[in-house]
Amino acid sequence: MANDIIKIENVSFKYSEDDNNLALKEVSLNIKEGEFVAILGHNGSGKSTLAKLVNSLLLPTEGKIYVKEMDTSDDEKLWEIRQSAGMVFQNPDNQLVATIVEEDVAFGPENQGVDPKEIRQRVDESLKAVGMYEYRKRPPHLLSGGQKQRIAIAGILALNSECIILDEPTAMLDPSGRKEVMDTIKLLNKQGKTILLITHYMDEAVEADRVVIMDNGQIKMQGTPKEVFRNVTEIKRYGLDVPQVTELSQALALEGINVSGDIIRIKELVNELCQLKLKI
Amino acid sequence: MFKNLTIGQHYPVDSPVHELDPRVKIIITFIFIISLFVINNFLTYVFVVLFLGVAIIKSKVPIKFVLKGLKPILIIIVITFFINLLMTPGEVILEIGPLDVTKEGIRQAGFMGIRLILLIMGTSLLTLTTSPILLTDGIESLLNPFKKIGLPAHELAMMMTIALRFIPTLMEETEKIMKAQKARGADFESGNLINRAKSLVPLLVPLFISAFRRADDLAMAMEARCYRGGEHRTRMRQLTIAKGDYIAVSFFVVYTIAIIVSRILW
Amino acid sequence: MSIKAENIEYVYSEGTPFRTIALDNINLKINEGEFLGIIGHTGSGKSTLIQLFNGLEKPTQGKIFINDELVGENKKNLKDIRKTVGLVFQYPEYQLFEETVYKDVAFGPLNLELSSQEIDERVKEALELVGFRYQDIKDKSPFDLSGGQKRRVAIAGVLAMRPKYLILDEPTAGLDPMGRNEILDQIKKLHKNSSMTVILVSHSMEDIARLVQRIIVLYKGKIHMHGTTKEIYSQAEELKRIGLGVPQVVEIMGELQKNGFEINKNILTVEEAKQEILKALRRN
Repeated sequence: MANDIIKIENVSFKYSEDDNNLALKEVSLNIKEGEFVAILGHNGSGKSTLAKLVNSLLLPTEGKIYVKEMDTSDDEKLWEIRQSAGMVFQNPDNQLVATIVEEDVAFGPENQGVDPKEIRQRVDESLKAVGMYEYRKRPPHLLSGGQKQRIAIAGILALNSECIILDEPTAMLDPSGRKEVMDTIKLLNKQGKTILLITHYMDEAVEADRVVIMDNGQIKMQGTPKEVFRNVTEIKRYGLDVPQVTELSQALALEGINVSGDIIRIKELVNELCQLKLKI
Repeated sequence: MFKNLTIGQHYPVDSPVHELDPRVKIIITFIFIISLFVINNFLTYVFVVLFLGVAIIKSKVPIKFVLKGLKPILIIIVITFFINLLMTPGEVILEIGPLDVTKEGIRQAGFMGIRLILLIMGTSLLTLTTSPILLTDGIESLLNPFKKIGLPAHELAMMMTIALRFIPTLMEETEKIMKAQKARGADFESGNLINRAKSLVPLLVPLFISAFRRADDLAMAMEARCYRGGEHRTRMRQLTIAKGDYIAVSFFVVYTIAIIVSRILW
Repeated sequence: MSIKAENIEYVYSEGTPFRTIALDNINLKINEGEFLGIIGHTGSGKSTLIQLFNGLEKPTQGKIFINDELVGENKKNLKDIRKTVGLVFQYPEYQLFEETVYKDVAFGPLNLELSSQEIDERVKEALELVGFRYQDIKDKSPFDLSGGQKRRVAIAGVLAMRPKYLILDEPTAGLDPMGRNEILDQIKKLHKNSSMTVILVSHSMEDIARLVQRIIVLYKGKIHMHGTTKEIYSQAEELKRIGLGVPQVVEIMGELQKNGFEINKNILTVEEAKQEILKALRRN
C-alpha cells in the first residue's frame, strides 16, 4: 500500500474575511504516491483554488493540508512543501522567468541554493525528460505554447519534486500542444511522479487513475474514469462534457445494442462492436 | 512582426571577444571610455582607433554593425561638433557672417567628434559581443561588493532579466491590441497631438491591465518555484576568468599605460 | 457580394535571416451569407489570412477584394473595409478598456462618427445579439464580468460596427465546456437570425463541426483541403496527421470502417453515429 503524499482534510476556503461565498466547502481528498489524479470542474468550481492550497500559495480558512506529512500552514516547511509539490500554471507566457530556456529551468534549483554543478546536471536531465534538450539555448518567447509548457514542467522536475500539480496546463494550447503536454505528463507518471492534473477537458481526465469532479466548491464524484464517466447526465449537469465515445455507447445501449455503459476509449467500443458483428 | 526583434543588438558568433568574461569586458569598456576623455592629441587617437580596430576584427562582428550604433545619435555628434567649432574662443581663422571659426574650435570640435564616435563604437562592441543575460550577470557580479552599502544588486539584475524576458511578449501584445482596436475603427495615426494622445487610451488601458495580470501570475509562479530573494541563491552559470581574459587584460594594461604615458609626455 | 482573395502571398521579415512565408498562393472566395470555417494549427497562417481580409495586414503579393473593392487602395477605403468586415481577435476580452459596458461597445460606432441616437441603437442591438439584457448590463464595468461574459461584450463591440462579414478567431479559446457552448450557440444564432456572413477560425474541429457549411484547411501557409464539412471530416486521418483535433465520433467511424463495417464516414454528431452504427449492425 503506497503512502498518501497529499492529505486534504476538511478544507474550507474563502478569499476574503467578509466574503460569504466559500470557494471550497469541507473538501477532503488523499492522493497516493505515484497516483495520477485528475480534478475536473468548470471555471469557478474551486479546482484551481484547491491546487494553490496544496502548493501553500494559499492557506486554508478551515481544515488542514499535509504534503508529505508537512502542514502547509507551517511557515518553516514552506519551501520544502513547494519543492515537494511543484506547480505548473495555465498561461505558458507568464511563468517563464529567464530569457534562455536552460536558465529558466535552472531558476528553481538556483533559488534552493543547489551547487552549480548539480544544477547543470539537473537542468540537462529535466530538459531531456521533457524532450526539450535541443532547445536549451533558445529564448522562450520563440517557442510554441506546448513547448513552453514542457519547459515549465522541466523547471519543476529540476526542483526534484515528487508531485507535480498542473493547473489547466493545456487550456491555452492547440491540439498538438495539448498532446505534447499530455504525453509528457503520462510519461512522468510512469516514471513514478505523482500527478495532480486540474483540467476541464474530459479526454485528458480519461488518462488518469482517478477522476475527481468538483462543482460549487465541493467534490461531487470520484472514482476511476470508468466509474465516473458512465454518469453522463449527472456530469453534464455540472457543466462538463463526457467523452463522445461514452455518450455513443450509452445511446447504443438504449437502442438495445449489447455494449457496456462504461466505455471510455475508442478501442473498447470498436472491439465490442466487432464482436457483436461476428455474433450476428 | 516583433517576434524576431533582437534586444540589445547582440550579434551571436563565436569569437575570442565573445568568449571573454562579461565582467572583464564591462571594466575594459568603462576604462576605455574614460581614456577617450583623457587623451589630448590626435596622434594618440590614431593609436586608440588601431586598438579598437583590432578588437573589432577579433570579434568577427562586421564593421557595418558596429557603425550602425552611430546612426541614432549622428545628429547629436553633428550638433556637438558645430557647437564646439563655433563657440570656442581663440584665434579666428574664418568668419562666416556673425560666426567665428577659431583654431582652438577646430581642435576642440575634432576631439569631441572623435570621442563620441569612439565611445559609441566601443560600447556597441560590448553589447554586440555580450548577450543581455551575460551582461546582466556581469553587472550583478560587479555590483555585488556594493551590497554591503545597501545596493540591491540581485534585485536590479532580476528586474533586468524579467524586463528582457517580457519585452518581446509585451511588444507582441501591443501590436495585437492595436490591431484589435483598429478593427473597431480606431485611428492611431492621424489628427493633432491631443487627439493622438487620446487615441492611445484604448491601447494603454488594456496593455497596463495585461501587464499587471502578467506580473501577478509571474510573481505566483516564481514563489511556487521557491523564489525568496537573493539570499542563499546560487547560479548555474558561474562566471570564470579564463586564459583569454588574461590575454585581453594584458593587452588592455599596455593600452592604458600607453595612454597615460602619452598624456604625460605631451 | 463576396470576399475574394487572388494569388495571395505573405512574407514575414523579408530581407532578414528570419524570412518566413506565412501564406502562399491562396485563392478563395467567400460568398455573402455563408458560414465558413477556417482551420489550421498554430502557425498555419490562418491568423494572418484573416487580418488581410480587413486590411490590418497587406499581402506581399496578390489582391483582396471585398465586395469587388480592392483592399488597401487608400485610407478611406480601409475605414469602409473595417466597417464591412468585423474581426474578433483571439481572447478579445483583453481589448476592453472602458468604465462601462455601454461605453466599450460604443467605441466602434463612435469611431464611425455616428449620431448619438444611432450609437444608442447599435449598442443595444449588439448587446442583445450576444444574449445580454441591455438594461442589466450596460452600466456594469466590463472588468467585473466573468470570462465568458467579457468575451461576449468584446464580440458585441465588433457587432456594433454592423459588419456584413464577421470573422472570429478562436472564439472559444480557454473557455470551459459551458462557456464554449454558450458562445457557439450565440454565433449560430447570429448567422441564422441576422443573415451575417460568419467566418469561424479554429484549430479545433470539434467546435466548428456542427456549425459551418464549408471548411478550408490551412497547412504550412497553403490551402491544404477545401470542401463541405462532411467531405473534410471523412479525411480524419489526414487531419490528425497535420496536427488538428478531430471529434471522437469521427475517429470511431474511421476505426469501424477499418474493421470491416460498412459505414458512412461523413458523420459529425453522436446521434448520426448511433443511427449509422445501428444501420450497419442490422444490415448483417
